[in-house]
Amino acid sequence: MATADNKPNFAAIRDNILSGQGREYWRSVEEHADTPEFREFIAQEYPHEIEHWDNSLSRRNFVKVMGASLALAGLSGCVIQPPEKIVAPVRSEENYLPGKPKFVATAMTLGGVATGLLAKSYEGRPIKLEGNPDHPGSRGATDIYAQAAILGMYDPDRSQETTYRGVPKTWESFIAEFRSAIDENRRDGGAGVRILTETVTSPTLIDQMTKVKAELPGMKWLQYEPVNSDNAMAGARMAFGSPVQTIYRFDRAERILALDADILSGFNVGYIKDFAKGRAVTDEKTTMNRLYSIETTTTLTGAKADHRLAVKPSQMVEIAKAVAAALGVGAAASTYTENAAWIASMAKDLNQFRGRSLVVAGDSADPIVHALAHAINGALGNAGQTVVYADPFSPGSERLQLDQYRELVSEIDAGVVKLLIILGGNPVYNTPIDIRMSPERLAKVPMRVHLGHYFDETAEQCHWHVPEKHFLEGWSDARAFDGSATIVQPLIAPLYDGKGAHEVVQLFMREGFDKRDYDIVKEYWQGKNIAAAPAIAPAAVPMAEAAAASSSHGADAHGDSHGAPAASPTPAASPSPSPSPSPSASVAPTPAAGSSPVPTASPGSTAGAAGARTFDDNWRRAIHDGVIFNSAATTKTVTANAAFLAQSVPTQPAAGGDIEIAIVPDPCVYDGRFANNGWLQELPNPLNKITWDNVALVSPRTAKRLGLNSGNDEREYAGGAQGTSFINTKGGNQFSDLATLSYQGAEIKKPVPVWVAPGHPDDVVTIFMGYGRTRAGRVGTGLGYNAFDVRRSDAMNHGFGEIVKTGETTQIASTQIHFNMEGRDLLRTWDIANLKEEIEYGHQEDFYPKSMYQTGHRELYNQNTKWGMSIDLNSCVGCNACVVACQAENNIPVVGKEQVNRSREMHWLRIDAYYSGDINDAEGPHFQPVLCQQCEQAPCEVVCPVHATVHSAEGLNDMVYNRCVGTRYCSNNCPYKVRRFNFLLYQDWTTPEYMLMRNPEVSIRSRGVMEKCTYCTQKISVARIEAEKDGGRAIRDGEVITACQAACPTDAIIFGDINDAGSMVAKAKKDGRNYALLNELNTQPRTTYLAALKNQNSEMPDFRPPAPKKHHPKSKPEGHETNTEEKH
Amino acid sequence: MIEGDHTLASVTDKIGDVTLKKRTPFHWFIGFGIAFMIAQALLFATVWLLANGIGIWGNNQPVGWAFDIINFVWWIGIGHAGTLISAILLLLNQKWRTSINRFAEAMTLFAVACAAMFPLLHTGRPWLAAYWLFPYPNTMGIWPNFRSPLIWDVFAVSTYATVSALFWYVGLIPDFATLRDRAKNKYFRFVYAALSWGWRGSARHWHRYEITYLILAGISTPLVLSVHSIVSFDFSVSQVPGWHATIFPPYFVAGAVFAGFAMVLILCIPLRRWYRMEEFITHTHLVFMAKVMLATGLIVVYGYAMEAFFGWYSASEYEVFMVKNRIWEGPYWWSYWLLIFCNGLSIQLLWFKRFRESEFWLFLISIIVSVGMWLERFVIIVTSLHRDFLPSSWAMYSPTIWDITMFTGTIGFFFTLIYLFVRFVPIISMFEVRQLLDEQQANEIHELEHKA
Repeated sequence: MATADNKPNFAAIRDNILSGQGREYWRSVEEHADTPEFREFIAQEYPHEIEHWDNSLSRRNFVKVMGASLALAGLSGCVIQPPEKIVAPVRSEENYLPGKPKFVATAMTLGGVATGLLAKSYEGRPIKLEGNPDHPGSRGATDIYAQAAILGMYDPDRSQETTYRGVPKTWESFIAEFRSAIDENRRDGGAGVRILTETVTSPTLIDQMTKVKAELPGMKWLQYEPVNSDNAMAGARMAFGSPVQTIYRFDRAERILALDADILSGFNVGYIKDFAKGRAVTDEKTTMNRLYSIETTTTLTGAKADHRLAVKPSQMVEIAKAVAAALGVGAAASTYTENAAWIASMAKDLNQFRGRSLVVAGDSADPIVHALAHAINGALGNAGQTVVYADPFSPGSERLQLDQYRELVSEIDAGVVKLLIILGGNPVYNTPIDIRMSPERLAKVPMRVHLGHYFDETAEQCHWHVPEKHFLEGWSDARAFDGSATIVQPLIAPLYDGKGAHEVVQLFMREGFDKRDYDIVKEYWQGKNIAAAPAIAPAAVPMAEAAAASSSHGADAHGDSHGAPAASPTPAASPSPSPSPSPSASVAPTPAAGSSPVPTASPGSTAGAAGARTFDDNWRRAIHDGVIFNSAATTKTVTANAAFLAQSVPTQPAAGGDIEIAIVPDPCVYDGRFANNGWLQELPNPLNKITWDNVALVSPRTAKRLGLNSGNDEREYAGGAQGTSFINTKGGNQFSDLATLSYQGAEIKKPVPVWVAPGHPDDVVTIFMGYGRTRAGRVGTGLGYNAFDVRRSDAMNHGFGEIVKTGETTQIASTQIHFNMEGRDLLRTWDIANLKEEIEYGHQEDFYPKSMYQTGHRELYNQNTKWGMSIDLNSCVGCNACVVACQAENNIPVVGKEQVNRSREMHWLRIDAYYSGDINDAEGPHFQPVLCQQCEQAPCEVVCPVHATVHSAEGLNDMVYNRCVGTRYCSNNCPYKVRRFNFLLYQDWTTPEYMLMRNPEVSIRSRGVMEKCTYCTQKISVARIEAEKDGGRAIRDGEVITACQAACPTDAIIFGDINDAGSMVAKAKKDGRNYALLNELNTQPRTTYLAALKNQNSEMPDFRPPAPKKHHPKSKPEGHETNTEEKH
Repeated sequence: MIEGDHTLASVTDKIGDVTLKKRTPFHWFIGFGIAFMIAQALLFATVWLLANGIGIWGNNQPVGWAFDIINFVWWIGIGHAGTLISAILLLLNQKWRTSINRFAEAMTLFAVACAAMFPLLHTGRPWLAAYWLFPYPNTMGIWPNFRSPLIWDVFAVSTYATVSALFWYVGLIPDFATLRDRAKNKYFRFVYAALSWGWRGSARHWHRYEITYLILAGISTPLVLSVHSIVSFDFSVSQVPGWHATIFPPYFVAGAVFAGFAMVLILCIPLRRWYRMEEFITHTHLVFMAKVMLATGLIVVYGYAMEAFFGWYSASEYEVFMVKNRIWEGPYWWSYWLLIFCNGLSIQLLWFKRFRESEFWLFLISIIVSVGMWLERFVIIVTSLHRDFLPSSWAMYSPTIWDITMFTGTIGFFFTLIYLFVRFVPIISMFEVRQLLDEQQANEIHELEHKA
């Protein structure tokens, strides 16, 4: 079809060129881009070609694409990168040792909220991101997005050149055209200039915008992104009269009520950390917080909640009112009458913890729910205790983002907008359908400029596209949830010819328009007081503790941290070309090799030296620490006024349809910006383990009523009390019925795969954003359906619609298909009220003496370092950060949807999820991270014919990849099924970007080789070498921190030497909740678990009394009574 | 045991002429052509496998072994009847073996050849497995893991293949000499002369031959038991529910003999028709083989019963679940019941003389049994692996086109070799039949004299 249509077009173009019409001479084809034929040709030809990318990542395509990108990357290498100096503050150049990683503080933002990071870098290549222990937003831990950001930076699909209508141009030519366009707009004061950004908290960018505004008073800066805090801001305005930033202190809250709020999978790692702190139970701390959740779609918060209520989204407002009424807030009156006992008991419980309770409303909850939450918190005396308020960090918060965007659209339609600059974001894809930034609408703007990481749907519709710097490539700054500012520092010169938002906005300035982002950011902070001693920011109280917990950074890099002088500053990295162009400049973090470092910050004396410090000292200090300590927002006291209850709340337009539909961001690819990230695409959705797709969730009852996903074997489907198995399967493979779904009258273009989700409210469908991308890249294009097809500005988060089965089915790649434990003792969830009895009952016998082969290995293990791991299931919230961290650390490949369908995913660490209870009354799922258990008596080792998996004296189950011939016998014999086999050549051996990305300490496995978790043996080796250099001392507790442990926001994973009685892991193993998975197999796993706990309120109607304990059949088998007395 | 009016010379003529004198029948070309084409599919599938990796098959995370090991065990099982017939029946002085031992042994060799390719090809890196599985001296001082049943397998199968080949070949030497002497074509004469190693049939030769053959039979006998016992260790030594069972060695050996006899019947029923060998491979032979099949089949059925019993008796929830999952709760229940039908029910017909003596029914039952024995390995391997200890890891297995191509390819390869064997080697041991005829005639004379 394409060829037939295109041939005449091409001929026309050629004729046009040859006929010599227009200009007599022509230099390139793009000069003819003005001709309509050529445009049509491009429009037809190019997208068509793009669609050829096969997203199932068939191996052949993968290899082909890799080959092509190798060539393309070679081209990009031809660009001479201008020398740019950045500061690597941990070690000065003299101490720099090739092969030793550096840790550099930086930060990532999502939705305007910054998470502080430490980037690990080898020879100038960042390869792994860890949380910055000093940063309040991360406190040493990370989430999936931060972990996957490395892949995002090295993504070969990122746009690589500045383009004009898709044709490569130079940055200089862009500057010339752009500035002339700005100059034209100066005449009317920039009345036609609009800048559209996502949520911005960067002080520097805000400052720049102010300056632009001063130059062009008519200019407007608008912020919009699809997942925003509009509802929170609107709610705050209802309650307080002005928008406020709400800062929670979960560590102080003993009773928490989440109203459609997912506090556990949010971007804010600091909150998860606080929550886990209140959740943790030890010998000393025997109480834990209690979490109530009222929500629609099951979230991690709902899964973790002690009591959960699944409700329709439209009911949430009335429920919030009912809760408010029960707690005596103003004139709250509710029409909601169901679950009255539930609400009353819960309210009573909250009331008993005045000042120590907390009500949280989620971003998708209606404004009034937020307002009610504020009012309830006020009434409970929580304000100032568990929740504090501050002024919003993002300017323009007084207006909703949606309203800002709506204004932009109406101005475009009115023809006011002459120059539109889109800095990040993808409005063509993700704006509400009724006010979509459609190509037709955009065409009304005479000049459109797009800055973005990808040449995406929006870039396609803009004249100019400028590739954006990744946050690891450029300078910037951002604020954390509590307002603390962080300097975002690059680790590497832009891989491609990227530019930052600061640099693009700087082009508006009359002078210094070509300043580099480093100078822009530094200049801004030069005017600020960043000199104060590191007074601990309010929310960063446990900082010291977190720093102690993650002292591995202390050991191998971040380290000398507070002591060592901040390394080699670049006094003024001038934008003019350096007189002596350093050859290594393209590998950026070469901290000015020539210039002599100026060590000023005297070791250890931060407070004392504060007075004498210059700006440069403080600046270095700030970027070294990754946070400006005195920058946290000052809290303000506001009082909620319940008068809003009297106001009439605008109701959503009524729409046809008997089913309510909720639209939520995808837990893995978010709003679609991460759609081209293979790690996130293949990351199992934490609750249903789906990869590479978005589905529509329905409850089991609704599915049955509508006849959806009903082809399962009834025995396996119903299964009585164990009924949560195989709910979406037919015989075992994941088939899903396709349905057409309409929302508020509009229909999603692609049929939607339906997925039965236990715990979902009846007659509600949840759909996920982030898929259905048409120009995401080779990974993300074309996957799933697009929820933005139907999302409307008047029904952003929920509405009404219909779902109709099409009769077709599709296959969904899910990494887990069976969600119940079949009554097995695998994932222990106990009730804290019953803890003592449970501990007694759950005691496991040590079967070691029963081995047929008395090898005496245990004596050997007791003499050596005895590595072990403890995973506290009570803390684990199932957030998946460990899974991606493991993938990044250990160079684990992505296999693609087709291979996941074949059950061949490669994750070394997976999170098992199990529901308990009946399918219609399911509790959970509960989460259990499973990685290699490092059995002392490993079943895998004896069966390997070539000794490719052997035991070390320290008790590690080592993999000798070079020796492996791939019989897969070890995997068959592994009861935990944690081994992963390279069925095909999953690793990409050719793409140069990926070569740079990989951790050099971990070998790349070829096809035909078995692989598995090694407890990050490379990190153990580093620590061992350090210990030996220090005169053969023992490795200190906390010196080795595995990748999963480092990432874990809840400190659920503890690793260390079990023989060291004082170690954290040894203590954890002495906890009464400690148990080994499949203990009866006598594999003697080194990884053990601490039972999860529920803190139920016995007065609640959904209280599940702990099962009465009988004599445990397995702990003391009758026939073995005598054997157990054997002295060992 | 030999019917018809035969003399020593007519026996030799009848059997030897198939190779030397008779025109190669048209059906041979058809059969060989089809088999050879299917064997090419094996070649193609193997090349594709080596180029791409195990991932072209359906094997996956919990089901690490599937068609590859099923086929391996199936072929090895088929390879059992030959040696059993040759060695054990020889030692037990069962005269009826003489008519069928030659091609039963050939069948063994070819089946072992088919089987032996799987342990190698099923590895992720066969180019290394080919020698890393053997204990060869190397500068790194690395030995294979002698605790691994896979290493035992390597030794068991390679020993078995070697001894079977020797046994077969030693038994062929006198017949090759006969063919050498009778061949008119000089190329045939040369080849058979080389193969017969200067055999002249002297008393001294015969004396040494008898001793050698007896020794080889003695060596082979324990191998019949050991090979499949060791193959069963691949499963029973592991701790996978459904694999970890003490019944496996005897049950596997019985199953192997069962499968082997079924395959002998599948081969000899058409062969005796096509080559008019009904006088040598008589109904009595078929009936005897049917009886052996029935006996071993019943042992196998006992094995199934014991597997289920052990599952229950173990009181291990994983074993109990495995039994339930395998038999009625799991998605592969049909394979179990098909297996019971093939191996348990169909052979019950053999209790009746009418079926035992019907070539058609024997042929049909043998085919059913062969299918059943393949299913047995499918049931053991796939249904045990697909749902083991942690429900989170459960998954399904389904084969790909390459699994099926590899399997049918080996069948093609097997029949290619069988067709070549039929064409170039005497399919029945001529000298042993002559000896049997001599003894039979002597007996008859003796009986006549006695009556007189």
